Amino acid sequence: MRITQGTFSYLPDLTDDEISAQIAYALENGWPCSVEFTDDPHPRNSYWEMWGLPMFDMSDAAAVLYEINECRRAYPDHYVRLTAYDARYGRQTTALSFLVQRPAEEPGFRLDREETSDRRVRVRIHPYALDRPQGDRYA
Amino acid sequence: MNERPGFGMRPVGNGSHESSEDCSPAFPSAEADAGELLAPDARVDLAQERKESQADEVLDALDDDLVGLLPVKTRIREIAALLLIDRLRSRFGIASGRPNLHMCFTGSPGTGKTTVAVRLAELLHRLGYIRRGHLVSVTRDDLVGQYVGHTAPKTKEVLKRAMGGVLFIDEAYYLYRAENERDYGQEAIEILLQVMENQRDDLVVVLAGYKDRMDAFFACNPGMSSRIAHHIDFPDYSTGELEAIGHLMLEREGYTLASDAVPVFREYLERRRDQPRFANARSVRNAIERARLRHANRLLAGGTPVGRPELTTLRPADFLASRVFTLRE
Repeated sequence: MRITQGTFSYLPDLTDDEISAQIAYALENGWPCSVEFTDDPHPRNSYWEMWGLPMFDMSDAAAVLYEINECRRAYPDHYVRLTAYDARYGRQTTALSFLVQRPAEEPGFRLDREETSDRRVRVRIHPYALDRPQGDRYA
Repeated sequence: MNERPGFGMRPVGNGSHESSEDCSPAFPSAEADAGELLAPDARVDLAQERKESQADEVLDALDDDLVGLLPVKTRIREIAALLLIDRLRSRFGIASGRPNLHMCFTGSPGTGKTTVAVRLAELLHRLGYIRRGHLVSVTRDDLVGQYVGHTAPKTKEVLKRAMGGVLFIDEAYYLYRAENERDYGQEAIEILLQVMENQRDDLVVVLAGYKDRMDAFFACNPGMSSRIAHHIDFPDYSTGELEAIGHLMLEREGYTLASDAVPVFREYLERRRDQPRFANARSVRNAIERARLRHANRLLAGGTPVGRPELTTLRPADFLASRVFTLRE
């Protein structure tokens, strides 16, 4: 199951040229970009690992794409996303965030039903990937 | 600060920074791909092409603002011509490799290496070779780290900042210290070489330094020398050129020379040239700075009312007081 997180996630995966164009747009707006990766696809997992520090003082998309490629090379079967942060007063939040790499095979999620007090039933989602330990979830 | 951004839901009020005009120069390649190929028998007006690229403005400015430096100007004109022709060729669909434009500027101090590098960045940007046209000027300190493992991230950081523009490494020979084999400079050179080779599309590296020391540097790093296509030597200025530079500087600062100060200024330059640590245009600038000091001091000491002519005219006395004239034989 193809997970949909962040901007553009309902579109086909972006090509490097399209990614560059998005980075260029972020840089035009003065948003520093950063690269993050994870192998825990749960939608509530908002804290991904950082690939290096956020990149300040960049003026060209090639530099950010270079880091993306470095991250892809180091973690070929992880999710990798690009995050652009808008530091403007009144916004100060992630302005753009989208996946730039996903594992070849995404096993998806199952629903676990759990009975709690008063015969209430809770449902939670469980990514199949989490059945294996961190690091070889998508190997 | 009162502007309330749209939180990504609606377009921001002015929206000016999102205009397509701003985004397009970032991707000349995509633009070129989108353009129609010309028919094989089409004719293109070169003069028109040249005008559109606006490269001539930069080249003319280079001619006007920089005195002398004929070999440098010729080489830069050649590069501009090559890039223009390459662009035309690609419009006909003729594939040609991207020319290697890494350069090495050698020359004595004050011969205009940095100034030319700035102009070069602008020129390459206008001709679409680089995407941004900014110049990142660094020295050894910015590239080489202080301890093990510090150099690689530091060098990469600088390279990333320079991407889309020109990386200017001043006094590049300091990167390699032959006497210390554990010097981290070698590591910086290796990373530099790798990026110069693999990311040729993304940045142009310009090394600068004094001729003899750069030669020694290249002798120790043959890989570096062969990856640099253009070795440009900046000749020393003649006295006549130095004088022209001086006049140009004075004009920019809003000063003129009194007619009897002109030969004194020339005499000054001739004497200064023969002295040690002569730094060409930089020495001329310093001479003018000192003349300005003496000029100001003279006016204050004179105590007479002054007008515009007095405030802008440098007299022979302002130069004759220099150490250069007293320090004779």
